[in-house]
Amino acid sequence: MTDAKVSGTAVRADDDYPWDRTALRSELATVSQEPGATKPQPILAVDNVVRSFGGVTAVDVAHLEVQRGAITALIGPNGAGKTTFFNLITGFDKPSSAKPRFGGGNGPFATWRFQGRSLGATSAFRVAQTGMVRTFQLTKALSAMTVMDNMLLGAKDQPGEHILTALFRPRWKKREAEIRAKAEELLVRFKLDAKKDDYAGSLSGGQRKLLEMARALMSDPAMIMLDEPMAGVNPALTQSLLGHIQDLRDRGTTVLFVEHDMHMVRHISDWVVVMAEGKIVAEGPPDTVMQHQAVVDAYLGSHHDQDLGDDSVLDEDFEQAKAQEDAERGERTAAEPDGEKA
Amino acid sequence: MDFLATLFTDFGAQILSTVTAAFAIAAIGLNLHFGYTGLLNIGQAGFMLLGAYGFAITIRFGGPFWLGVLVAIVAAVIFALILGLPTLKLRGYYLAIVTIAAAEILRIVGGNQSLGPVTGGVAGIGNQVYSPAFTALSPFPQDGSFSLGPYTYPLTVGDSWYLRIVSWIVLALVAVLVLLLMRSPWGRTIRGIREDEDAVRSLGKNVYLYKMQALILGGVIGALGGMLFVLGTSVQPDSLGRSTTFLLYTIVLLGGAATVFGPVLGAVLYFMVIIGLQDVVGQFVPPEIMSQQQVPQFGYIVVGIGLMLLVIFRPQGILGNKKELSFGD
Amino acid sequence: MLVAALGVLSGLLLPALPAQASSSPTPSASSSAAAGDSSAIRATATCAQTDTTACVAGTLRDADTNPVRGATVTLAAGGTPVATKTSAEGTFSFTVTAAGRYTLSLDESTLPEGLTPGNGTERTITARLGALSPAGFALEGAQQGGETDPEATPQGDTSAFGRFWNQVSLGLLLGLLLALGAIGLSLVYGTTGLSNFAHAEQVTLGGFLGYVFAVQLGVPFVLAGVIVIVLCALTGTVQDRLIWQPLRRRGLGLTQLMVVTIGLQLALQYVYQFIFGGGVRPVSRTIQANTGPLNITPNAYIAMAISVVVLIGVGLLLQRTRIGRATRAVADNRPLAAASGIDVDRIIRLVWTIAAGLAGLAGLLYALVYGGIAWNTGAELLLLLFPAVTLGGFGTAFGALVGSLVIGLVTQLSSLVLTAQLRYASALLILIVVLIFRPQGILGRRSRVG
Ligand SMILES: Nc1ncnc2c1ncn2[C@@H]1O[C@H](COP(=O)(O)OP(=O)(O)OP(=O)(O)O)[C@@H](O)[C@H]1O
Ligand SMILES: [Mg+2]
Repeated sequence: MTDAKVSGTAVRADDDYPWDRTALRSELATVSQEPGATKPQPILAVDNVVRSFGGVTAVDVAHLEVQRGAITALIGPNGAGKTTFFNLITGFDKPSSAKPRFGGGNGPFATWRFQGRSLGATSAFRVAQTGMVRTFQLTKALSAMTVMDNMLLGAKDQPGEHILTALFRPRWKKREAEIRAKAEELLVRFKLDAKKDDYAGSLSGGQRKLLEMARALMSDPAMIMLDEPMAGVNPALTQSLLGHIQDLRDRGTTVLFVEHDMHMVRHISDWVVVMAEGKIVAEGPPDTVMQHQAVVDAYLGSHHDQDLGDDSVLDEDFEQAKAQEDAERGERTAAEPDGEKA
Repeated sequence: MDFLATLFTDFGAQILSTVTAAFAIAAIGLNLHFGYTGLLNIGQAGFMLLGAYGFAITIRFGGPFWLGVLVAIVAAVIFALILGLPTLKLRGYYLAIVTIAAAEILRIVGGNQSLGPVTGGVAGIGNQVYSPAFTALSPFPQDGSFSLGPYTYPLTVGDSWYLRIVSWIVLALVAVLVLLLMRSPWGRTIRGIREDEDAVRSLGKNVYLYKMQALILGGVIGALGGMLFVLGTSVQPDSLGRSTTFLLYTIVLLGGAATVFGPVLGAVLYFMVIIGLQDVVGQFVPPEIMSQQQVPQFGYIVVGIGLMLLVIFRPQGILGNKKELSFGD
Repeated sequence: MLVAALGVLSGLLLPALPAQASSSPTPSASSSAAAGDSSAIRATATCAQTDTTACVAGTLRDADTNPVRGATVTLAAGGTPVATKTSAEGTFSFTVTAAGRYTLSLDESTLPEGLTPGNGTERTITARLGALSPAGFALEGAQQGGETDPEATPQGDTSAFGRFWNQVSLGLLLGLLLALGAIGLSLVYGTTGLSNFAHAEQVTLGGFLGYVFAVQLGVPFVLAGVIVIVLCALTGTVQDRLIWQPLRRRGLGLTQLMVVTIGLQLALQYVYQFIFGGGVRPVSRTIQANTGPLNITPNAYIAMAISVVVLIGVGLLLQRTRIGRATRAVADNRPLAAASGIDVDRIIRLVWTIAAGLAGLAGLLYALVYGGIAWNTGAELLLLLFPAVTLGGFGTAFGALVGSLVIGLVTQLSSLVLTAQLRYASALLILIVVLIFRPQGILGRRSRVG
């Protein structure tokens, strides 16, 4: 917890928690590799979440736990139900298995707990307020506002957002300055500082992804859910973004992300959950999960063009990446705790 | 030359008039809905009418002036709640449909003869019923008039300086209120909602509450506009129908949606165009082609086409910023 | 509880109550005396009160709030009375130069047939300088050819049961006519995402074109009907070509497009008023009596039959033909339809054409059944069309039909307890209830986020 002073992302004073990544991974290594396996410290536990559109069942998750403080990847072929699952968990959609408002119906009903709080019937904004913030697969940068305004909107605890307080500038000026400083810092980290006064509409597709991610971090979420954060981001930036994501984790933020790029998945995730046709078909550490028959079936079944050759060399590849990454990290922490100005 | 002199005198009279100020106020309310928050309220005239009724009826039954104002405001708040509660969680056109329908129903019900003892039916309520409560508060002498250049109006009674001054003061207060709000974090959230409410929701803001606040505030401002409007004329349900709402849209879009002073500029320009039209038609167009009675109809045709052209070719109006303008989806 | 509430409501809203004198001025010292002979009264087209003149003005309407034109209204203050006739909008206005009391009287013999003064024919009006004194007379009954249903006074079975069935038949009739308009509205929404506020003006257009051809030009009704529908359909084609397609290409947002339709609605409505005036224009030179068990006119039976046939035709077109399937594909997923080789622009053009044609037919039949069309008929129908379409779930043709029938029935049945003017309120009430419990409509689907 040496970087407790680093602003931007809060550090949780949770002492029995393995901040250390190797400790975390070794702890996760003991977890059974069954779909729906119990985790040592789940931040999110989901039960019986089903969503069907007409006849098609898009999501059917019987049980899933997400480990606190870990980077969990959610992968699966197109149409597997990943985005729909995100929508359900964050309150943007309602499970078909939700408990009916006026009673009746036959269970099991969908329930999920985040940090011990039940979120079954919580509206999207309240889910975000409890500390679970998501980004969207199709970016939702607010193009008619400046990059800075986008960022400021992400902050929490701004009294000026209350309609009556808003009229008295002195009551919110101080907090505004604080969140502005924080926004500047995040923008620097995400290499958007030069653009801060431009309209978000003028950003490129990749920059919008970055903005959305940075904006989500403004509220210091306990868990951030990223829907394909790297789609459309150029490789050079991807590298540094991967660094950010790991950084987040190391400061105590739980990350759940959807990604199609296996390199990235292998590179940073601590745990991988595989979805196919709405169900969780496999779980496990990144270096072994791809060998599950269920995963190969899932990808082969729907996507013959999937780069499975790549997967066959996964182990070797991963070790290499890991070594490289560790080297980088060591360098970084030694030189600058912030890790960014290098 | 004579014609031009009349024209410009008429312009001046119209710019100063209560009607212009009242419409500017109602348009500021609509701008808060449509321009800033992206709420498609097509029943702003309903809020005006409600304010007018609330005020006039209270005084008609013996209430004091300030109670009348309070009733007008409370009525607008309740109306906004009824319209907003079922629709603000849904896509924009639901609010559009419900507001236009509710405003029309209000007009139809208000004009219903069976409510004559209360609302005055179609004929409405003459301003001699409620004006005295207002003029009694005047700081000016009750009698006498005052001339400023070519403009001579009574000091307190009727179409007076007093009414004009009060109207413009209210307008200024409302404009400052909106200015303060829109420059605050509240305003930032509102602008975010206009563009993409899901994005704002994902950042932990209670979008429904914000939209409701905007709907209520804009509606109350509309009711104030309606009150001032009828202080100058009389409460007549048919004079505050949907054409009035469309006219307010034209005013907002002409001046510039999502700007504080756009609605004021829009109102002034709009009334200048109408007065100009009236004077020109009266002077140059033979009555077989267009009778004086058809001028208002022609005016509405112009408003309709103007609205279309504005939205298509200059959605930001005169004062707006195109980059900042977003009409949702 | 509910019954009591209903009782209060109906007590409040039943139309029978005669209106009070429209204004009850509190006479002040200066204005209580009758205005002397010196006061000049002029009948003016519009009222412009200045600080030296006062205005006495009002609108004459029947019990259904339709304007009454051509009635003689007289204003006097001791001297020579001045008379004027109400305008096409039912308005009259006098400008007077002296404050005081005036007597306003209505010449009963000049009222259209079926109307009687509800509360005397004389009013005392107090005029004040610089102010407008509203004045009016409550009238009972509705004008023939007015917007009311010609069936409103059932001659047959007047038992509660009979009245119920009568309203059901009227509801079906209204529902079917609404469906003709609603399906077009819904199809346009389905394929382009546009909520077209000007759609009901296409309905009015059908009625007025019917008036021009069948009444003014004397073309036989069936031939006139065909001409009208073709012309109306063409306006749809031309409209899409000249306005909507270019705007789609410009990439105008849906909300902006919606405001464009609002402007178009306003412009069209007043163009109609400008050309045809404020009165009700019939599309047939004969007036029919109500016949048959359902107590509606033969024309109404014909209109219902035509509607049913046309609606079935549209249904078959959408379900069975290639074009219909393409239309549904476009409505379902436009990019996908385009990618699979469907000429989306052509389909949308076709949808506009059909929508405008159906709306024209609706207007023609409406005018035939309800005795005529007025410049604001469409604008009022819009208040029923939107709830109908929303109720059925925006964008589905079948939903529009179901929604229309529901709205038609509910509005007509509600007039068993409420006055005719409040039928819009019942439509709105249903709409709000449905929005609370099933926002996607009875048959609609929810759309996705993210
Ligand atoms: N609103 C909706 N209506 C109908 N079907 C839907 C809806 N939303 C999602 N679906 C269907 O649910 C399934 C899962 O979709 P989802 O977007 O969750 O997939 P995904 O795993 O995120 O895919 P991708 O990797 O391509 O983003 C798909 O078959 C999709 O067509
Ligand atoms: Mg997805």
